[in-house]
Formats: sequence, C-alpha cells, structure tokens
Amino acid sequence: MVPIEIRDVTLVYDTPGGKVPGVKDVNFNIDASEFVCILGPSGCGKSTLLNIIAGFLAPAAGEILIGGKAVTGHGMDRGVVFQDFAQLFPWRTALGNVAFGLEMKGVPKQERETIAREQLRLVKLEKFVASYPHHLSGGMQQRVAIARALAYNPSVLLMDEPFAALDALTRDDMQRLLADVWRETRKTVIYVTHNVAEAVYLADRVVVMTPHPGTVKMVIPIKLTRPRDPLSVEFLDYQKELLAHLGHGTAETQEHKKANGKAPTTGG
Amino acid sequence: MTALTETGKNKRSLVRAAVTLAAAAAFYEAVSYSGLFPRVLLPTIQTILSTLYSMLADGSMLEHAGYTLYRVLFGFCLAILVGLPLGILMARFKAVENFFLPLVSALMPIPSFSLVPLFMLWFGIGNLTTILGVFYAATFPMVFNTWSGVRAVNPLWLRAAGVMGADEKRLFWKVIIPGASPFIITGMRQAFLRSWIAVVGAEMIAASDFGLGWVIFDSKEFLQTDVMMASLVMIGLIGFVFERVVFGSLERFTVLRWGMVRVAKG
Repeated sequence: MVPIEIRDVTLVYDTPGGKVPGVKDVNFNIDASEFVCILGPSGCGKSTLLNIIAGFLAPAAGEILIGGKAVTGHGMDRGVVFQDFAQLFPWRTALGNVAFGLEMKGVPKQERETIAREQLRLVKLEKFVASYPHHLSGGMQQRVAIARALAYNPSVLLMDEPFAALDALTRDDMQRLLADVWRETRKTVIYVTHNVAEAVYLADRVVVMTPHPGTVKMVIPIKLTRPRDPLSVEFLDYQKELLAHLGHGTAETQEHKKANGKAPTTGG
Repeated sequence: MTALTETGKNKRSLVRAAVTLAAAAAFYEAVSYSGLFPRVLLPTIQTILSTLYSMLADGSMLEHAGYTLYRVLFGFCLAILVGLPLGILMARFKAVENFFLPLVSALMPIPSFSLVPLFMLWFGIGNLTTILGVFYAATFPMVFNTWSGVRAVNPLWLRAAGVMGADEKRLFWKVIIPGASPFIITGMRQAFLRSWIAVVGAEMIAASDFGLGWVIFDSKEFLQTDVMMASLVMIGLIGFVFERVVFGSLERFTVLRWGMVRVAKG
C-alpha cells in the first residue's frame, strides 16, 4: 500500500454569488495502510478535499501525491465509495457491479467473477451475488459498493460518508465490518465523516477540519487498541476531545456538538 | 389483505379487459341490429368477423398486413438508427445540441401525413414514400426521449465508472445506454405508435394495391364497410400485440427487472 501527501491544497468555488473558499492550505500526510478520518461539520470542505484526492476536482494550488506520484484526474490506484446508495448500477447484479472495474481492466470473465465472488464474501454478501441492487437493503448496497471499490485492487480507498444515510444499528454493523475489511486488506483509507463516534471507532488518526474557509484545525491520533469498545471511558474521552475541538466558531458547529452530545451511542 | 400471485393478477386483469371489450361489443352490436343506421354502413360484428376470417383464409389480409408491417418496421428501425445516436450525441455534446435542437423543435410539430403529398411528388407512390412517412413520424419521439434519458443518467454512475477506468466508448455502452434505458424504451414505444398511425395514413394516399391503409381507403369506393372494419380490427390487433407482447416483454426483461421502473400498485 502507498502513503499519501497532501501539500498546500487550496480550492475556491466560483459560484454565481461570488468566490466561495472550499479548502485553504491543507497539509497532512497519510502513512501506507493507515486509516484516516476527516472529521468536520457540513461546509468544512471535507468532501471537497476527498474529491480533490479522488481527482474529481483540480485544486487551485498545491498538490496531492499518492505513492510519490502527483494526482491528475481519477485513476485506478484509488477506489471510491459514495454516500448515495444509487451509486450502484441498477442493471447489474451485485456480482456484475463488483466485476465492473476488472472488466474495464480487461480481466477475463471467469477470473473476474472469481475475484468478485471473493470480494462479496469479504463483505458477507456471498449469498446475494445474483441479486440486483433494488432487491438489497441500503446497508447491503453500501457493502456491494465497498466490494466494488476494492475488487480491482486499488491501493487507496476513499470513502465519502458511506454510512451516513443508514440507520444507527446498521451503521454500527457496517463500521465493525469495515474495520475487519481494512484489517484484512491493509488499504490506505481516507474516510470522510461528520460523526465523531464513527471517527474514533475507525481511525488511526482523525483530521479535524473547520469551515469558512475549510482548514485543518488539528490532527489527533487515536491510540486505542482494536477492536474498540465504544462504551469505554477512553473512547468517550476521545469523543469529548474531538467535540471540544469542533466546538469553536460558528453556530453550525455548536449545533453539531449539541446533537452529538445528546446521542452518545456508537452510531452517534 | 389477500396476497395475489403473479398469475392470479394476470388472470384478473385479463378478465377485466374481456369484460370491458365485451360490453363495448355488445353496445355496438345492439346499435347495429337496431336499424338506426343502414346495415351496410354499420355491419354487425358477425359480418365483420366472417369477412376477417375469409380474408385471412384466402391470404389477402396477411398480405396487406405484411406490406404494412414491412413499411412500419423499416421506417421504425431507420428512426431508431438515426434517433438513438442523435439523441445521445445531443445530450453529450453541447455543440450538437445547439445545432439540432432548434431543427428538431421546428420539424417535430409538422404531421408526417402532411409531408406525404410532397414525398409522392419526389418519390412517387409506393414503399419509399410510405416508409419515409413512418420514418418522419417515428424519429422525433426517439430523439427526444433518448436526449432526455441520457441527460437524466445519474452522474454518480458516470463518476463511479470513470474511477473504475471506463473510457468514453465503454461509458457509452455499459453505463449511458443502460442508464437511459427507461427513456429509450419509452421512446421506442412512442415511436412505434406514431409509426403505426403514420403508415395507415400514408398508405391511404401513397400506396397502391397493398397495405391495410390502402384496403380501407379502397373499400370506400365499393361501400365495403365490413372490409374496412375487418382491416381496422387487424390494425388494432397488430398494434396491441406489439405494445403488449414486444415492448411489454422488453420492459419486463430490462428496466422492470432492474427496478429502474416499478409496477403500479393495487
């Protein structure tokens, strides 16, 4: 797996209402096989940053290096999982969806189906290979999306709030499953979330971002052994610490803090 | 609530359709027998069916239907060959859209039937003129629906496919076409319907000796209302089979199976 360097990345959105800063002077490094969560309230530029790393957006200044190579556009060294369940191709079965990237790579049919089956087993969907997405629940669809992003063996997995639209119980299951998948595959993962508990549960390090303009406020390593216990005192201490860092500034972040404070479950 | 199986539901809808049709037929038959109108202008269903049977038996009806179907399918396929790529290109490239959209908008409201006399002067009567009439009628719904369908393709699919290394060509075949398929199938349905309507009109004035439209128009000269009605039944029947069997199956095997469109509830 490969390290990622994010160097002085700045992006400004040109909207009809004028220039809106997206992210400003973002700098941090990610080690190979590290799991990094980018945490922040909506509007802090965390998704913008992920889109730049994915290559969907080009930064106005600065650069991203993946394994030492500068990012220009999207590439097969990265797998991307979006928040929206609709990201799967409805006209393809779970197997067909997972095999898509391999098909684009020119892997022979037999081989790509074997690999796709293996990936679906990894996300515990081996019984649903022949199902079309509309017959799967939201959580299952997101698992197919994860398998699809991993199937062509990218070294980096980029995830944009993949579980945000799921109910709290399913989300807990998904987080455990993702932690297992990461332990097995050792991908370098960048995971965007606004959910404090989720960040503490998953991340080796949490990058805290604040809005207007989107900047990195600090990077906090989570030194808890895995699998983590969301009800342990240390876990809750990390949550408190992160919330305190998010608690500065706008009303938006205050609201966020309140909402998180009220629901101290793992799902947050 | 009782759960109905698929076959149970189908049986029920068949029964309902049969009841509606039987009621309409009974009403017609009553009016026909009542003598309110001369029998020769309003033949009984019995007469119509026996005429239909004899025309089927001597092969003449099938010959006429064959000619009409040939013209329809030829024009319809031509319309798909032109309309589908044009609609896709219009949705994908602004320059193509800028050029063709005004043209399509200006030509679309002109009824294909009104162009048939012009086509007759250019190409004479017969297959070419009728096929062109069909082609004109069918192309626009195909272009418009495809254009809308491609614009409605979820950008996430394009993004996901791009990340997974799809180039333009494979994006086209493996994402855009299936992604726009609900609209494309609707476009085909509308195009076929318009073709079927257009062919009968075109045949009335621009075909000779063969075709269902020609038969209807020709029968007028001899006051053969039973032949006219029998041809109408045939037209309705073929149209119905295409709509339900051909396009119905196409939909069931694709967009319904994929959950991209849903069956109405209840």
